[in-house]
Amino acid sequence: MAKVIVNDVEVEADPKDNCILAARKAGVEIPHYCWHESLSVVASCRMCLVEVGEKKPDGTIAWGPKLVPGCQTPIKEGTVIRTDSAKVKTTQQMTLEFLLLNHPLDCSICDQAGECYLQDYTYKYGKAQSRLDEPKLQRMDKYHIGEQIALFTDRCVMCTRCVRFTREISGTAELQVMARGSHEEIDVFPDVPCDNKLAGNVVDLCPVGALCSKDFLYKKRVWWLKHAESVCTGCSTGCSIHIDQNEDKVYRLRPRENPLAQGHFMCDEGRFGFKYIHDERRLTRPKLSDAIAGAANRKSQATTTAGSGDLSFADPWTDVLEVARRKIKDAVKTDARGFVAVLSPFMTVEEAYLLASFLKGLDKRVRLVLGPVPMVGSDDKYPKGPKGQSPAEDKVRFTIRAEKCPNRLGVEAVLRHFEGQVTKLEQMMGGANATSWFLVGGNSEGWVTESIDRAVGQPGLLIVQDIFPSPLSERADILLPSGSFAEREGTYVNHSGLAQAAQAAVRCPGDARADGRILLELAERKGLFNALAIRKEVGNAIPSLVALAEGDLGEHGVKIGGVAREPIYS
Amino acid sequence: MSTETKKVKTVKWGAEPKLGWVEAMYLPAIASGLMTALKHAFSGKTTTRQYPDVEPVIPANYRGVHRLNRDEAGRVKCVACYMCQTACPANCIEIIAAPAPKDDPHWKDRDKFPETFTIDELRCIYCGMCEEACPVDAIELTSVYDLTGMSRQEMIFDKEKLLAVFDETINSGRDPIRTNRGALGPASEEASTAKQGPPPPGRGRHG
Repeated sequence: MAKVIVNDVEVEADPKDNCILAARKAGVEIPHYCWHESLSVVASCRMCLVEVGEKKPDGTIAWGPKLVPGCQTPIKEGTVIRTDSAKVKTTQQMTLEFLLLNHPLDCSICDQAGECYLQDYTYKYGKAQSRLDEPKLQRMDKYHIGEQIALFTDRCVMCTRCVRFTREISGTAELQVMARGSHEEIDVFPDVPCDNKLAGNVVDLCPVGALCSKDFLYKKRVWWLKHAESVCTGCSTGCSIHIDQNEDKVYRLRPRENPLAQGHFMCDEGRFGFKYIHDERRLTRPKLSDAIAGAANRKSQATTTAGSGDLSFADPWTDVLEVARRKIKDAVKTDARGFVAVLSPFMTVEEAYLLASFLKGLDKRVRLVLGPVPMVGSDDKYPKGPKGQSPAEDKVRFTIRAEKCPNRLGVEAVLRHFEGQVTKLEQMMGGANATSWFLVGGNSEGWVTESIDRAVGQPGLLIVQDIFPSPLSERADILLPSGSFAEREGTYVNHSGLAQAAQAAVRCPGDARADGRILLELAERKGLFNALAIRKEVGNAIPSLVALAEGDLGEHGVKIGGVAREPIYS
Repeated sequence: MSTETKKVKTVKWGAEPKLGWVEAMYLPAIASGLMTALKHAFSGKTTTRQYPDVEPVIPANYRGVHRLNRDEAGRVKCVACYMCQTACPANCIEIIAAPAPKDDPHWKDRDKFPETFTIDELRCIYCGMCEEACPVDAIELTSVYDLTGMSRQEMIFDKEKLLAVFDETINSGRDPIRTNRGALGPASEEASTAKQGPPPPGRGRHG
């Protein structure tokens, strides 16, 4: 550690830090556009110019003759940084005036307005007025940059973050700086659009409104959006994300910086893959099949005629959960070994624990198995080489994993605790000898293959908890419509055993309920579903998940010790 | 400590004036009240306004029904920035924005426009914050005060209805466009640059 003095405040900083990072440790912001923690340094925007000096052993400070860019200047023991002198402030004003010379005043229609660094820095460090008397340069908008990306050329401040991203992180190098001087523009070569699987990140990286996501363009002003901290469920990398929603509609996902999970970025599959949660086909109403509905229907009609008399106001869940509970108990009593519960790798740890502990509490002989783990291709590693080849193992900066589910390890840990081993649904295809099934889905797309459908057949009791209709949900005795990732609260364990907490962002559509709430009521536990409380309980009950006993997993999550890296399931 | 002493200094507590026996009877006050009423009754001047036969002269700063202004090309001037919706304390404005149809030469120079623009005139409290917030002078409150309707649905004004209010009021003489800054941008420019005249032809969003 090195002692650094930032505006008279002494802090300990890492000798590898630059001035911006060291100042951040002292709570001082050095404004910057082009510098980004995970990209190379170019020091081109000149926004981070600060006064830097060195404190000599005799106590005098030897100041540098000129201002230096904070992003490019490494610190050492005794470095002195000054960000609040008149010289620095005037320079910041002048730099901003230059950056804004040709910047159009179109904040009112710019998607970045509200989260724009030009706005923020102009407010904090800039001047109110421009002294430019000439008409501003006008440039054509470029909608051809990529399938998901539009470039509003005249808003660009040429920080080249996007260019460096495609060269250093995705390795695909589609974006270039074309022309020179004041004619500089970001562009792609003809017919080579920026369509790589990480392309969406350049929109987040753009500190101004130049690169915009076509998917989000003009959909919502950002100040209406409310953010929930969650985890992407697209693959087992488990990227930390923000879910941005307004009035129960999710508008976009943004990566949340997490050095333990994925870094600063996320892939486009995850970023744009959330649309299914607003699909019209979602299951929204719990159902009992006609065969077992008889008694319950009579009862619900009796209660509703006694009350309001209108069936549409009756809570459908009360009866369904009561019937489900009774049917499960009956089935376990008659044939406990024949009762098979399938836990989906899309469930959170808490949900898996609730279901497993409920069923095992009824009878130890109930069988718990792991649902199908979707695998697509092989792990996709970045940065790509010039010919699209994968990088060497030590050069990997981002991986899109083949395992397209968020929580296989977490569910496996729960299964191993209750069952001693992990049995997969596929292993039971031949002879399951099951008389009752409790199947949990929640996958982003159909997971009930023909063989699963056939293996389940026509059992005595079929309970399906899922978000999309399937052949099984069609003929289920009891159908429990559940929640997607944006509606759930809980813990996901990613490929490396990192447990991260996810918050619920929106409410479920229609009468659907998040899995945790369904299972809590099914297990006849008191109170409301509270992921934190259940997480503590899981941590105390399951030795391999003891890291969860803390309850609060923090911003970045915690590593689960007991869950070792295992070969990828296939 | 200092604020406390300040408080003592600034707040002056006066004693309530005591009523004498004359005032306590209330008779002088009743008499003077009756005098005022009688004076008006026999003055011969009527102050009853013969509405609706005679319409009142509405002051220029009256805040009546909204209108959406049109630009020189007859398009809706609104750029769908949501500033009015953000500023509205009554939550009566709802906008859905869309990218302007780039293939249409009529919309070539515009990026974003309101696909729908609805104001619930019943929910509105006519505070004028929307007009103040608008960076392009697209929404204005007119002097139309006699707004009636047969149903609640009728009082939810959509974009066409609001543009129709503009067409009706623009030539009435009472409701000129209040400012002539026009294109987006000068709203936040320095006064001197605003005097340079309209922005160069081409793309409307540059000031």
